[in-house]
Amino acid sequence: MAEEKKELAPELKEKLRAEFEKDWRKDLRKAVPPKDRMKQVRQKMPERPADERNKDFKEVNLGLTQEMALAEARRCLDCANPQCVAGCPVSIDIPSFIKLIERGEFLAAAWKLKETNSLPAICGRVCPQESQCEELCAMKKASGVPVAIGNLERFASDFERLSGSVNIPPLPSPTGKKVAVIGAGPAGLTVAGDLAKLGHKVTVFEALHESGGVLIYGIPEFRLPKAILKAEVDYLRRLGVEIRTSFVVGMTATIDDLKNEGYEAFFIGSGAGLPNFMKIPGENLVGVYSANEYLTRVNLMRAYDFPAYDTPVFQARTAAVIGGGNVAMDSVRTAKRLGAERAVIVYRRSRTEMPARTEEIHHAEEEGIEFQLLTTPIRYIGDAQGRLRAMECQKMGLGEPDASGRRRPVPIEGSEYTLDVDLVVCAIGQSPNPLIPQTTPGLKMGKWGNVEVDWTTMATSLPGVYAGGDIIRGGATVILAMGDARTAAAEIDRYLRR
Amino acid sequence: MPIILDQRRLVPNLHLLEIHAPEVARKCRPGQFVIIMPDERGERIPLSIADWDAERGSVTAVFLVVGTSTRKLAALKAGDEVPVFVGPLGRPSEIAAFGTVILAAGCFGIGALWPTARALKAAGNRVIAVIDAKADYAVYWKDRYRSVCDRIIYSSRDHALASKEFIPGPLEEVLKTEAPVARVISVGCTYLMYACAQATKPLGIKTIVSLNPIMVDGTGMCGACRCTAAGKTKFACVDGPDFDAHEVDWEELFMRRKSYFDDEIRSLCRYEEIELP
Repeated sequence: MAEEKKELAPELKEKLRAEFEKDWRKDLRKAVPPKDRMKQVRQKMPERPADERNKDFKEVNLGLTQEMALAEARRCLDCANPQCVAGCPVSIDIPSFIKLIERGEFLAAAWKLKETNSLPAICGRVCPQESQCEELCAMKKASGVPVAIGNLERFASDFERLSGSVNIPPLPSPTGKKVAVIGAGPAGLTVAGDLAKLGHKVTVFEALHESGGVLIYGIPEFRLPKAILKAEVDYLRRLGVEIRTSFVVGMTATIDDLKNEGYEAFFIGSGAGLPNFMKIPGENLVGVYSANEYLTRVNLMRAYDFPAYDTPVFQARTAAVIGGGNVAMDSVRTAKRLGAERAVIVYRRSRTEMPARTEEIHHAEEEGIEFQLLTTPIRYIGDAQGRLRAMECQKMGLGEPDASGRRRPVPIEGSEYTLDVDLVVCAIGQSPNPLIPQTTPGLKMGKWGNVEVDWTTMATSLPGVYAGGDIIRGGATVILAMGDARTAAAEIDRYLRR
Repeated sequence: MPIILDQRRLVPNLHLLEIHAPEVARKCRPGQFVIIMPDERGERIPLSIADWDAERGSVTAVFLVVGTSTRKLAALKAGDEVPVFVGPLGRPSEIAAFGTVILAAGCFGIGALWPTARALKAAGNRVIAVIDAKADYAVYWKDRYRSVCDRIIYSSRDHALASKEFIPGPLEEVLKTEAPVARVISVGCTYLMYACAQATKPLGIKTIVSLNPIMVDGTGMCGACRCTAAGKTKFACVDGPDFDAHEVDWEELFMRRKSYFDDEIRSLCRYEEIELP
């Protein structure tokens, strides 16, 4: 979540200022007065009709046209003190890339993005902009409707990819230092990109057979097409990053083994690969999935194309997804697309407390997803073959706010009722994957099974070993993982050059 | 991509697969498994490790040909590549000087228990194998077992092996004649392991089984392999695959293993009709 007034680092402020003072920026500011900019309405992201898209896995959002992007870029006031940048976990120079779009220099806009963000086509699609950059946008304060920064980010990076002129920045001469990155998810890929650009030899070790981590196994094709991810990963390869899939650090080789092979620094980005369950009766019935398993079967293993692909997944008549976050929305919309007559979100708090992005909740509603709010499952009921047939639910009220600041759900006695379901997906969060902690002696752990770090440097208790993303946070977002990764990459560079 | 060094039928329905995977081979320990994907469209399936050779850089598994994935594996030959071969996964089996240890193996488990047999002998145990097979022609690796076992007993339906009983009978008998038995380790089909657990439970003999639930990632990420041991949900891939047989909820394991029965038949029919080489 964005803080109210985040101060930009002095060096970053200076850099932004230098760009702000450039003549072309001054000219653009003069050309269109702020009051004209404010008259312009926000461009609506074109999307496929709900009734068509909820039957297949093709992307929902279609992307802004050039005309739309130009119009949207004109809404940006080009503030002297751009708060949007403070809201971005990776500190993208937002005004510069938007003004480059306004000028019609779409490729230059994409390259500007890539100076600070190796995966802009992904962030433009999956970041919660409304609670980050767009939350702090001056246009939001002035008119209530922020500049569509995320949509513009997506536009610029898609333009670059489709133009075929993906720019590989000039790389410094190799430092000869080897860095091992554990996990090819958002954090690991970001670290890899940043360190490769600084001249280090980076190898990413990935346990699964495809790169992307949650971007490949978790986020569905209809929100993040695999081709986009593949293009971003190819870009990293062209920067000289080596990716070794089907390599489980901790099992295939430990961090100590890799040290002996000459790796001098490590980044642990192994993610929140341990699904949480509620520990209620019947959770091991056939038909109850973790969101990780359900989404992995469908996304990574392509179960939506069974039997052409060998991995099956249950087809439900009524699917209930437990949870209110983005993973829950992805799961329930997946169940709908796989043919569920009813696909239901069961969430224990109210709509206001739902952690999912507003856009995802809207999209889900449009696609015919039902919401049973202030409701929690208390028991799953199976048949003689151990297959899920129903779930017993209980209604909840909201009490005093808890540690997270959200109002605490309180069970209402006597409100129990039964819902007939043949598929349940439990999307109530993940914990850090235990494999690296278990196999790395001396690595200091927190009480949630997370790796402990110094939050200013991302350094762990072991020298030369850094960590970021869900392995330190539990279940968070792609962009927070990337923010950790940027900090860690800068520190790893300093460490290697000490 | 990992290259296949050898793939051949050992006995009817049971095949040996040797893969070039030097990094995996360096790390293998008894009781661990690998995840393999036979082709780009295949499933990720777990196979117990039956042997390895660090010098040759190879890992060997023995598998039962049962569904689409294993039929695809059985159709591969030396020189072919597989897209995924990852491991070693799971916690290694506990190896120590226990005293007298009985290994109850059947099916692919004869291969899977071989590294354990070898390690237990080296650790100074009296090692006794009870090998279950339908008939003499279905037993493989007799020589290997002979080289490390103090006794080998067959539970079989074949007079050539001087036995006509399924495993609980011969096992119960050997538990008596070899008393005190420190531990029984059983690997094979779920029913065989369950039957061993039933046989040893009244005697209170510590019994270890290697569970074989359905898996997807094999690194603790998905929870497909969850099973119940001592009343708690465990992930067989990272908490196991070895569990105390007397703590396992067998009914749940049988049930969860059948999760995709209909889909598996559908997949197999399609494969045999249009893809079988």
